[in-house]
Amino acid sequence: MDTQLAFVILTFGASVLAMVSFVVALIQRQVLVPPQAAQAIFSTGEMGCTELESRPNNRWKSLDQSARGPILYFLLSSVGWLLLGSTLGLIVSIKFHHPEFLGTRDFLTFGKLRTLHLNIIAYGWLSFAGLGLSLWLVPRIMRVPLHKPKILYLAGSMWNFGVCLGCLGILSGYTDGLEWLEFWWPIDGLLAVAGALVAIPLFQTIWRSQEKHFYVTMWYTLAAFIWFPVLFVIANMHFLHTGVQQGIVNWWFAHNVLGLWVTPLGLGIVYYLLPKITGYPIFSYQLSLFGFWGLALFYSQVGAHHLLGSPIPTWVANLSIVMSVGMAIPVITVAINHHVSAYRHLGVLRQSVVLRFIVFGAMMYTVSSLQGSLHSLRTFNYISHFTHWTVSHAHLGLYGFTSMVFFGGIYFALPRLLDRDWEYPGLINLHFWLAATGILTYAVSLGIGGILQGMALRDSSGTFEQSLKVTLPYLVGRSLGGSLMLLSHLVFAFNICDLLGRTAREKRS
Amino acid sequence: MKKAYIFVFGASSTLLLSTFLFVIVPRLGQSEVVQEGRSAQLPYTEVQARGRAVYIEYGCIYCHSQQVRDPVAGADGHFGWGRPSRPSDYIYDRPHLLGTSRTGPDLSNIGLRQPSRDWHHLHLYNPRLLVPWSIMPGFPFLYRVVPGEQAPAEGAIEIPNSKGNWLLPSEKASSLVEYLTCLKRDGETP
Repeated sequence: MDTQLAFVILTFGASVLAMVSFVVALIQRQVLVPPQAAQAIFSTGEMGCTELESRPNNRWKSLDQSARGPILYFLLSSVGWLLLGSTLGLIVSIKFHHPEFLGTRDFLTFGKLRTLHLNIIAYGWLSFAGLGLSLWLVPRIMRVPLHKPKILYLAGSMWNFGVCLGCLGILSGYTDGLEWLEFWWPIDGLLAVAGALVAIPLFQTIWRSQEKHFYVTMWYTLAAFIWFPVLFVIANMHFLHTGVQQGIVNWWFAHNVLGLWVTPLGLGIVYYLLPKITGYPIFSYQLSLFGFWGLALFYSQVGAHHLLGSPIPTWVANLSIVMSVGMAIPVITVAINHHVSAYRHLGVLRQSVVLRFIVFGAMMYTVSSLQGSLHSLRTFNYISHFTHWTVSHAHLGLYGFTSMVFFGGIYFALPRLLDRDWEYPGLINLHFWLAATGILTYAVSLGIGGILQGMALRDSSGTFEQSLKVTLPYLVGRSLGGSLMLLSHLVFAFNICDLLGRTAREKRS
Repeated sequence: MKKAYIFVFGASSTLLLSTFLFVIVPRLGQSEVVQEGRSAQLPYTEVQARGRAVYIEYGCIYCHSQQVRDPVAGADGHFGWGRPSRPSDYIYDRPHLLGTSRTGPDLSNIGLRQPSRDWHHLHLYNPRLLVPWSIMPGFPFLYRVVPGEQAPAEGAIEIPNSKGNWLLPSEKASSLVEYLTCLKRDGETP
């Protein structure tokens, strides 16, 4: 026990030391390059001007158009997967309170559809949307056209094909059986190659750039593109691991998909669009350093908090608890940065629905991350573990934060890529309110249900039956929230179809 | 873009640190666990392993855990789920099926708690026949229902209150039940 404790303290000390040295190193470089880097995303005359969904005179037009085809391909793929994934999500949710819903056929069984929902949302919707928006942002921030964009058609098609195959595999029983890693391993190989093909033009664009500043969005994007492929390949080497130890690898990966892949892509977009729309640089550029390096250090080690109470080595559990609590540091610094920036321009929220998506997303990042630190503490975890609370928390992070930010990003990027305005801005507003009400209904309902369930699972004078019955009304509440979310996606898809349709018609005439 | 290097270096090094801590070090400790477990239990038989694959295919893991917590953490022992789990209980588990949800009860020791194969078949066919409040999906597609006065074949199970209908388990259903009934993690510490 003493050696374990010493080991944990040592690791924590080393991590903090590493973080401090990184920050010092970076600040020194910042002294040479003054924090005007925060203004690097503005072109002359853009500072101080609010930028809405419409694009009266897009100064970035030539960069936006440089890789328009592949970016559109990625974003439209993401929307397709979103519709499929959220429909499946709603079906699965209804099956919780009406187990016979849609009958009882092999491929419609709960265990298969739930797996499809998760994988389609993670690798279809979130990955495609995050990749597409990154591909749109990299040329803008590095101020060079995207290098060799044609290769992205191949990469995107391989990725689409991989997700399709993976889903068919799950339906027909080919699964690796590990949560978040269900896709059969040969298909994972295909996805890894596709991911590498996306990384090539992205890295080359960054290397070739002559731009003086390396804006904060790029830190997150670059890091995410290093982290995810490595994680994905290591975690898919199933033959190396067994039993409880495989469980550690499993949750190390699964939490890192959120922490080191989707979260950095989402934060990068917030760091770009929040200042862009309001027309003022981010509140404190120096503070964003803490946010980034804190995330890099702490987030990569939180995974084992999914296994508290299981027979994993105590030091692994303790390490993850310490790191999960440590996450409060980057989360609070990012929160100060985002929320102060937003608070200074509250008026813009009234004009720009995109900003509403972004600010809502940033708020949910703060809430869900602090939730994460809280329920990794043993006292709270003993209640919340094994319950619907975890599902509520995951949706608050992946929907409330990242999906909302991606929605905002797509609403902002598409008119600029297609050089055409939204015909129905009112529908964007409708999408926002449906999605926001939906996710809050979902998260609150299931969060309460989860806590009640967790208390029943700890009650040694009760029965297991009670822990199930107590959740039923909240499971219905979840379906209600989920329906609103799905409805909002239909509005989203309609608006996009309309925009594309008008573009195509105009081209023909 | 020279400044990008520090981010490549930094991002790689933090990931390396976490890979070391969460993948490599626990893997190094695994051989000790395996040795301890070998003396306490037998590997899965061929049928049990096939049943385990069925358990994985139909996603049982999304509602059922296979890990019993210490009494400090929950009422696991009180629900009759068995003694707290040990790492050596899982040495033949690849993929692991620890699970993270208890929408359904823990199954670490379901073979001890419910040894009846007939019960499992009826419950898998339609959980609500036996547990009215259950929200578990049924798996009728793993069975054939045959009417008759007498058992139509060996291993057929009479469906209660169904006017002489019999349940014929498929190969998948039989091996799944073999797997479930073999789950007995009650070995003492060697």
